[in-house]
Amino acid sequence: MLSLAETIGERILLAIRNMGRMTIFLYAAVATLPFPPYRVRRIVKQVHFIGAKSLFVIVLTAAFTGMVLGLQGYYTLRKFGSEGLLGSAVALSLIRELGPVLSALMVTGRAGSALTAEIGIMRIGEQIESLESMGIDPVKFLIPPRLLGAIVSVPLLTAIFDVVGILGGYVVGVKLLGVNAGVFFGQMEASVEWNDVANGLIKSLVFGLIIAWVCTFKGYFTGRGAEGVSQSTTSAVVLSSVLVLVGDYFLTSVLL
Amino acid sequence: MSDPSPICEPCGLETLPAPDGEPVIRLVNVEKTLDGKKVLDGVNLDIPRQRITAIIGLSGAGKSVMLKHMIGLIRPERGQVLVDGVDISRLSREELYKVRRRFGMLFQGGALFDSLTVYENVAFPLREKTELGEGEIRERVLSRLAQVGLEGAQGKFPDELSGGMVRRVAFARAMVTDPEIILFDEPTTGLDPIIRNSILNLICHTYHQHGFTMVMISHDIPEIFLWSHYVVVLHDGKVVEAAPAAEVVHSVNPFVQQLIRGDITGPVHLM
Repeated sequence: MLSLAETIGERILLAIRNMGRMTIFLYAAVATLPFPPYRVRRIVKQVHFIGAKSLFVIVLTAAFTGMVLGLQGYYTLRKFGSEGLLGSAVALSLIRELGPVLSALMVTGRAGSALTAEIGIMRIGEQIESLESMGIDPVKFLIPPRLLGAIVSVPLLTAIFDVVGILGGYVVGVKLLGVNAGVFFGQMEASVEWNDVANGLIKSLVFGLIIAWVCTFKGYFTGRGAEGVSQSTTSAVVLSSVLVLVGDYFLTSVLL
Repeated sequence: MSDPSPICEPCGLETLPAPDGEPVIRLVNVEKTLDGKKVLDGVNLDIPRQRITAIIGLSGAGKSVMLKHMIGLIRPERGQVLVDGVDISRLSREELYKVRRRFGMLFQGGALFDSLTVYENVAFPLREKTELGEGEIRERVLSRLAQVGLEGAQGKFPDELSGGMVRRVAFARAMVTDPEIILFDEPTTGLDPIIRNSILNLICHTYHQHGFTMVMISHDIPEIFLWSHYVVVLHDGKVVEAAPAAEVVHSVNPFVQQLIRGDITGPVHLM
């Protein structure tokens, strides 16, 4: 009984310690943002890596998500004779929830894991210590460009996800199932408000921060050897995804 | 420590005169425990200025940990690490970064940045830590690459280089800022004898050219006695010998003799 309590207590303390370390890590990275050097080229490189290189997977996922929404939405709404609301259903689902969340999950899988692995390999290859030995703060050098890269890229990818998803819903609803195009877009225009778009973008900003924060932290404090990097990468993807979903619930509660 | 032989044996060049008798780095009663094991147990050591000092010992003896203490990458639990009289273990991060400008360090695997070319790797500390213009940086980088015999490799990436070339690039990067002190963490481990000797020869010639203080961890025993002025023997987290190379070779300490001869019998039983 005592050992069970000890184990639980130990785990709780470890979790609290890790939360503290993550917070200090984020603070150390963010606190350097206002001060030069700004390393614009490195930020652009990260936007390219996290954003541009994720474009294909985002477009593909968005198209099929929109198409599935079109199919499911059409047959559900038809039961109530409300097929005309398909445009609203597809657009609101995508803009409010699916766009930010699925974009974030796809970026986590494609770019977040790579961020963890890259920084983890730098750690085990003594490149981070090498920066330290040159008198360069590795957190300041490595983390802010990646944070900014993700914060810029994820909202842009989310916007693309929303547009492509709506087009997917349009193709299935209008072109395949015969919903009137004017009704599809008219209902969408009537029901989607600027607030919905803004809330979706706020969520994607927060998700971008979560992904870059968790993934760089896990890479920076990776375990020993290749196994350590592989474990860090897995745990970064799992933790980022969970935090995105949990964060989505709380953000939705606050923003609604 | 008494002064070593005035002539460097392998190079045949004259040993540089020491500017003064004060050691540049001094470890005083340094203690460090890692993963529950006492890695450094009250280490006292002086590193003489403008000399090549080799640190030898068994694997896991605490050599790399001791080297990292000298540049403040690891802080001791007890004791002092003095660089020209300043205890770097008590400095703030910013103050420590200023002290590190006096150092260059070559890591075991080279620690080159994979995404940068050889040229960019060597230029990196100049671009990040100095106000030099691109023209001057280019001049310095090319001169250092020429010094290590890699003029033609400037456009290559680290994964296109052999182990010996990686160490030479890392050496060029370590000395490109003209530091006063260069630390080497096993610069020749895993290299064939010819490449190993060429790296040691390069280190020796660079010493004579620039007069750096050099501290080098090595497993090249007994060759390292030829290539260094002083030898420090570390065992079980303690310095068991620290003297000119010629004296350490003739040490009466049975562990030192076992290490030099590579005997499987002696004070240390591994099997």
